[in-house]
Amino acid sequence: MNNQGNLLTVTPSPHLHSSNSIPAAMRDVIIALIPAFIASVYFFRISAVLVVATCIVTAVVCEMVAQKLMKRDVTVNDYSAVITGLLLALTLPATVPLWVAAIGAAVSIIIGKQLFGGLGNNIFNPALIGRAFLLASWPVATTGWVTPIDGVSTATPLGIIKESLGSELPGLTDMFIGNISGCLGETSALALLLGALYLIYKKHIDWRIPTGYLATVFVITAVVGMTKGQGLTYPVFHLFAGGLMLGAFFMATDWVTTPVTKKGRVVFGIGCGLITVLIRLKGGYPEGVCYSILLMNTLAPLIDRYTKDRVFGGGKSHA
Amino acid sequence: MKKGTFKGGVHLPGYKDVTQGLEIVTAVIPDKVYIPLSQHIGAPCSPIVQVGEEVKKGQKIGEGKGFVTAPVHASVSGKVVAIETREHPGGSFVPCIVIENDRREEWEETIKPRSNPRDLSPEEIRKIVFEAGIVGMGGATFPAHVKYSPVEGKKAEVVVLNGVECEPYITSDHRVMLEKAERVVAGLQYIMKAVDCGKGVIGIEDNKPDAIEVMEKAASGIPGIEVMSLPEKYPQGSEKQLIYSCTGREVPVGGLPLAVGVVVSNVGTSVAVAEAIEEGKPLIERILTLNGDGVKSPANYLVRVGTLFSDLIEQSGGYTGEIEKIVAGGPMMGKTVYTDSVPVIKGSSGIVVYKKKEQEVSKERDCVRCAKCVDGCPQFLEPTTLVKLAKRQQWEEAEKNYALNCIECGSCEYVCPAGIPLLQYIRRAKQEITAINRAKANK
Repeated sequence: MNNQGNLLTVTPSPHLHSSNSIPAAMRDVIIALIPAFIASVYFFRISAVLVVATCIVTAVVCEMVAQKLMKRDVTVNDYSAVITGLLLALTLPATVPLWVAAIGAAVSIIIGKQLFGGLGNNIFNPALIGRAFLLASWPVATTGWVTPIDGVSTATPLGIIKESLGSELPGLTDMFIGNISGCLGETSALALLLGALYLIYKKHIDWRIPTGYLATVFVITAVVGMTKGQGLTYPVFHLFAGGLMLGAFFMATDWVTTPVTKKGRVVFGIGCGLITVLIRLKGGYPEGVCYSILLMNTLAPLIDRYTKDRVFGGGKSHA
Repeated sequence: MKKGTFKGGVHLPGYKDVTQGLEIVTAVIPDKVYIPLSQHIGAPCSPIVQVGEEVKKGQKIGEGKGFVTAPVHASVSGKVVAIETREHPGGSFVPCIVIENDRREEWEETIKPRSNPRDLSPEEIRKIVFEAGIVGMGGATFPAHVKYSPVEGKKAEVVVLNGVECEPYITSDHRVMLEKAERVVAGLQYIMKAVDCGKGVIGIEDNKPDAIEVMEKAASGIPGIEVMSLPEKYPQGSEKQLIYSCTGREVPVGGLPLAVGVVVSNVGTSVAVAEAIEEGKPLIERILTLNGDGVKSPANYLVRVGTLFSDLIEQSGGYTGEIEKIVAGGPMMGKTVYTDSVPVIKGSSGIVVYKKKEQEVSKERDCVRCAKCVDGCPQFLEPTTLVKLAKRQQWEEAEKNYALNCIECGSCEYVCPAGIPLLQYIRRAKQEITAINRAKANK
């Protein structure tokens, strides 16, 4: 009874594999961003839909074309281009001209991702590359902030304190829910937190990065707040203002561009926090999330090298 | 009850429901048994019988030279009909002694119960264990008497019995603990005596609450022996991880458990030790789980060494359809065999048969640095980094990154969302490093 005379398949162990897959993980990230998307549509209406659609479609098309031209396997079905497009859109204001958004998505995918070798080989977070490119190229078009719902031109909360504009700052509750001016996805901390909890629950992101990031921002701004006599309002304001929530949970946690060691992830988060606060309080821009993450991306390999875990049974670190 | 665990590891589906509730069934004793002369780590045996010779059940038929070896015994009485090279479940070809069963089941004359098992000296116990051909029955097949022998300057302080059984599908140790609890404890006491230590711990994964209960009962009232409940996490049953979970001690890199005062044995091995000492029986049969969707009636068998996989599969009603692969051992660390005509050996804890599936082969993608492999590695290695180094053939760098510390548990590859065969790359690195080191040593 030699199994119908056929030879059996021989493979090396393990013979069991989890159902984890890149497309499944990417799908989960998209699911996690749905609350933020819905919030943006609620606050900015049709213009939010148009910006998001433009970015996603451009990103997917660019990925396909780039991979075809570079004679690589086309991998748009792993959803990573969709996420890049969606994340970029969420960092843009509702008033951004659609052609500018499209250029941003193209830069994200082509320069930020495919030229480096595609998913897994990029050094920088592609969406942030696109955003940084747009901010440098069309600074006015990418900062046309408007109030939610009625769409009146206004400054963002961070802009108000940066430029000492004297306008009244929104209340913390409005900032938490997202009833403030800002980019599509960075207005509602509540929507972002919902998505983030889902990703942590699904174990796609490590709590260490956002915790290190947010805690650093909170602690430093708390100290600054005390010297200004503003108490806890000031650090809480900084947590909910600008792109911090979006950056901390969805950009600084990008698998590809962040450290792989546990200690490294803490260091990465703290570094992002330091640079963000530095730019917000001392830099030329009102917001520093984008650049802080990009700068820390460059350090990820170095952080990995110096935060290697000790080997089991090896006593000290083998870095 | 005390609990303990280790860092890293992964959660696996158990696939144990089908067989964990099934009592051990005595497998049909086949007409012919095929007994490989190498069923252990160490020097292979040479035959000490000739073709045509009549042998009795339990008679020694092969022995090796040196200290690290274990003799093999006839598992049936009958006639030696061939000594030939045959497929071994480990994947190689090994000389085998083929015995035609005369169905008389006659024991070799010297095999009889001992009247004074508790009065034996440590040396006598080790000698009996060696003569009985006992090896690690969890799958590692390291000769047991070597483990129980004193090493200068090292003192055994605790014997850890491995009742974890963290491989999916396998329930043989589970059944051993449920049905032979007294023997497990007795064996543990003999091992403790052999290594001259007063403390014994039986580590059991908490997915087997019934086994924990039964073992606690069996061990109650016996000084120095306790049962520990360990959380269900793979590879909880790996030696170093088990030692850490049970004692909080880390075996140093490159060291043996005795370096931290620990001796580890499998619960099945413990039963074999007790039977050898009390009954005088050599290791000629064991408990084995036959499981998987490819076999009609999965079961836990008491099976003679040398029984072909195909004999057991036939007893289990045959295959459910076309078969993809047969794994000797569990699905995480077991080896596939290309034919079912391979014999059960002393280290065979299970056989898993997989039905042919209409499944697309998952394509290897680029690493996305998700670090699931880093988080899952119970040895605290960076599997993804080792793979990168292996792809670039940077063997020295791979060695500096502790490639040789990989225990090949497969956790990294199990969790990888990119479908990268991480363990294969790391195995390659280990082989290259070993070859380089050997070349250096020979210079």
